[in-house]
Amino acid sequence: MTRPIDPKRRRLLAAGAGTALLGVPAFVRSQAATVKIGFPVPLTGAFSAEAQDQVRAAELAVKEWNDAGGWNGAKCELLVRDDKLNPGEAATRTLELIEKDKVNFVVGSLSAATQLSINAVCRDRKIIFNSISQSDTINEAKDWSLYTFHEALNPHMTAGAVARYAFPKFGKKVVYLTADYAYGHEMVRGFQRAGRAFGTETVADIRHPIGTADYSAFLPRIQQAKPDVLVLCNFGRDLVNSAKQATDFGIKQSTKIITPVLLFTSRLAGGPDAFEGVMGGTSYYWAMEDKIASAKAFNDKFRKAYGGAVPSDYGALGYAGIRSVLQAVKNANAVESQPVAIALRQLKYDWYKGPQFYRKCDHQSVQSIIIVESKSKGMKDKNDVFNVLHIEPADEKNLRTCDELGHKVST
Amino acid sequence: MELTPQLVSLQLVTGVALGAVYALLAIGLSLIFGMLGVVNFAHGALFMVGAFLGMYFLGLTGNFWFSLVLTPLAVGAIGLVIERLLVRPLYGRGIDYPLLLTFGLSWVLIEAMRVAFGIEGIPSSTPPALRGSVDLGVGYFPLYRLFLIGATAAIVTLLWLFIEKTRYGLIIRAGSRDPEIVRVLGIDISRVWLAVFGIGCAIAGLSGVLAAPTRAVNPEMGIPVLAESFVVTVVGGMGSLPGAVVAGLLVGIVFALTSLVAPDLAELSIFVLMALVLLIRPYGLFGKAGYMG
Amino acid sequence: MIDFIARHRVASVLAFLLVFPLVMPYEALAINILIFGLFAVGFNLLFGYTGLLSFGHAAFLGIGSYLTGIAIVHFALPWWLAIAIGVAAAGLAGLGIGFLAIRTRGIYFAMVTLALGQIVYYAFYKAERWTGGENGLRGVSVPVLDLFGLKLDFLDPITKYYVILAFVAAALWFVSRVLDSPFGAVIESIRENEKRAAACGYDVARAKLLVFVLSAAICGLAGTLRALHLSIVPIDSLHYLLSGQAVMMCLLGGMGTFFGPFVGAAVFLYLEDVVTTLTRHWMAVVGGVFIAFVLFFPKGIWGTLIDRLARARVAPRASPLRGAKRKSS
Repeated sequence: MTRPIDPKRRRLLAAGAGTALLGVPAFVRSQAATVKIGFPVPLTGAFSAEAQDQVRAAELAVKEWNDAGGWNGAKCELLVRDDKLNPGEAATRTLELIEKDKVNFVVGSLSAATQLSINAVCRDRKIIFNSISQSDTINEAKDWSLYTFHEALNPHMTAGAVARYAFPKFGKKVVYLTADYAYGHEMVRGFQRAGRAFGTETVADIRHPIGTADYSAFLPRIQQAKPDVLVLCNFGRDLVNSAKQATDFGIKQSTKIITPVLLFTSRLAGGPDAFEGVMGGTSYYWAMEDKIASAKAFNDKFRKAYGGAVPSDYGALGYAGIRSVLQAVKNANAVESQPVAIALRQLKYDWYKGPQFYRKCDHQSVQSIIIVESKSKGMKDKNDVFNVLHIEPADEKNLRTCDELGHKVST
Repeated sequence: MELTPQLVSLQLVTGVALGAVYALLAIGLSLIFGMLGVVNFAHGALFMVGAFLGMYFLGLTGNFWFSLVLTPLAVGAIGLVIERLLVRPLYGRGIDYPLLLTFGLSWVLIEAMRVAFGIEGIPSSTPPALRGSVDLGVGYFPLYRLFLIGATAAIVTLLWLFIEKTRYGLIIRAGSRDPEIVRVLGIDISRVWLAVFGIGCAIAGLSGVLAAPTRAVNPEMGIPVLAESFVVTVVGGMGSLPGAVVAGLLVGIVFALTSLVAPDLAELSIFVLMALVLLIRPYGLFGKAGYMG
Repeated sequence: MIDFIARHRVASVLAFLLVFPLVMPYEALAINILIFGLFAVGFNLLFGYTGLLSFGHAAFLGIGSYLTGIAIVHFALPWWLAIAIGVAAAGLAGLGIGFLAIRTRGIYFAMVTLALGQIVYYAFYKAERWTGGENGLRGVSVPVLDLFGLKLDFLDPITKYYVILAFVAAALWFVSRVLDSPFGAVIESIRENEKRAAACGYDVARAKLLVFVLSAAICGLAGTLRALHLSIVPIDSLHYLLSGQAVMMCLLGGMGTFFGPFVGAAVFLYLEDVVTTLTRHWMAVVGGVFIAFVLFFPKGIWGTLIDRLARARVAPRASPLRGAKRKSS
């Protein structure tokens, strides 16, 4: 058998080919024709319902902007991609969007891990990324860049708001049932910090693996401890399962159950019994339209476009994330990342829930937080599942300080 | 947290209830593997299909007991179709091919349920007769979970009676030991395999409908269940039904007790248990060399 | 012509891979195929050639990724040193896990490796300070690759592809040499009949351990390249679902062949990518395609192709390198 080509020579050939290609001019972003926004969200998997609502709302925002004339004749095109709730896949999709589809901006994500991964790819290539799901980490200096924006709430704000409302009302002894990942830990931290003002005592912080379906192994000790408050620091299906099973174990007889994020879709999936008496926070609930004018306007647009359906919490974030970016394009009169980023930093807006703006040091959107409680009687229709108990107004003080996040300059 | 005897006892009961579902799942898997040598990667998906069909039949008939009977029949029928059309052509090719095929099949089943019932899944509720909790003296325990323990015991007993005491069970036992001789004796072994595959799938579906009232029913619910079923089956020994029951209870109790002292390591503890068992007894607790070893 | 390709299999593969980006819709996908192709080839050393089915090989991909990532993010080491560390760590892990696992056989071997792989997963999951936990390790950025004074723009997808190809090429050549060596014959004999190999005087346990380590190192290399490609290390790099993917790719492509696993990886990833953009129900389509391949292409895609070509040749000559499986394990 003859010898294959000398491997050293092959390596030189490969390096040579690579170097030669460096001579090819870098891709030029086309500006005139369309403004392209990449939208990676988990269309399949555990959060597909929320993601699909995000897509609907995002498409609404794009259509609205295009119908109003776009920018200098350029219209917006939304490129939706399925990241399968998998950070590796999210990174690949983002690379595809940037390198092949030549998007100008990226908006999206529905989990902390995927948003951090999308952010990592965008940051290296200086593409603006506006994240529309919860994460404390993305505000921190390590992951942050001038092009990183965070439209959604973060755990610190959300947990803090729920704590400030619920702890004074229900008692001092608190047990946390926490999903063992960043979201859970960050929520607990937020609750504990806010709880210090009310003298709350953490009786136990029970960490369960994320994605646990059966919580029966954690409930006997909660039953024995009889806390005043049980905080379910988990999300989506984990919340549905734990709420259901806590109800089965009779925890509600002596304990108030609260949760940082009470998702609209979770409540629909879990049903009235499991969520009876459960209180939690959210970024948006359609019934706010009674109190907030922009909510009514947004809901009406959504109803008109989608046959009477109302937007969900995460859906609304899809709308806001896109609308902010497009408004900034118009304000900056450019599509390049740097001028648009500067325009976003200066943006003051009210797309659907009241006044908002991005804090300068970490680009976190300062916004209101809504406290809701699940309804099981007197529901006017299938969407009428919550009572709005309280709307905590947007306040920069509810965020962690810029110093704490590691930002040296808060310009 | 005080580790009072009451708490530990209640936790043990919880472990047994968990173990009951694990045992059922492992039985189905072990039956198919022990008899046919087929590693059924669609087991978790069939569990999920059972949960969906169970809640669907409950909605249709309004009677939980009807759906408890109808669901395993339906999922068993699906199993028969799968064996006849997809698995049978692969016999004799080794364990790899049915593995890949059933893996592909699980994806098809998941997507089919998404299309049929929607991506969010369907709400599940405990049947009214079995709601509420019972004061066990050491604490309140959901009545439905006690029912689960009882139902599993009944099913295991029935299965044992079928395999040990009936003629058909005798054929199945003989066929797993030596298919050649059974054929020589004039029995159509492929019919036996068909039936066993169907029964294994029916048990998976039954586990699904039994578990459905305790958790959210959605298309992805079978994915973690698959790994857990394999762990339990292997710990018990592939092909051994008593092994599946013992291992199920063991894993359930280990999970429950670990959750008490180190809850974030609970999921890991069952893998550690499996590693330890296999390092000491390489064929599982009750397994024998030669079963795909 | 076919003979020429058969005898220069590594060169032919590389000639194809040099022009591969032209047929792929975007480079990131082509790079993923390179990486997972290497992962599958490394895995196949153990699976197709030695007959040992492991369900824990994601541990080696993940360890390679994480150690490289940690070297770059926490210690600011140069990229080539980070790669070396990743590969060495994976090989070492292969030694440890292999030593524990080879006392079992068959499906039990698969489950022990699964369990050990999951233990590695949890260890990295909990070591949040180093690995980022569930958030993954971010910041594995090497924007400019310093190659003996030559500065390569690693952000440019084409450059990235060819640099990664260089590594994959070296690894494929290495695997080819191993398979053609006497050691390669020993591991195939272990697959065919372990007792007989032992009776012939070969130290079976030592051979199994050695091939386990080599396989782990190759998968570790794939992991290091993945970390550099994505600039993140996701936690699911260590999860058994990824181990399962390696098995699927080998079976799909044909595990008795050198290039089969690579083809399997390419088909799997390409199919998933293309179908995902076409329909939301991609899972059903890909699952259906799997079923079809298993039923109609029992030797895998590449295996069947080679089989057909071999049979089409007039004078059947013993092919020097197709380790076609004579007996299913």
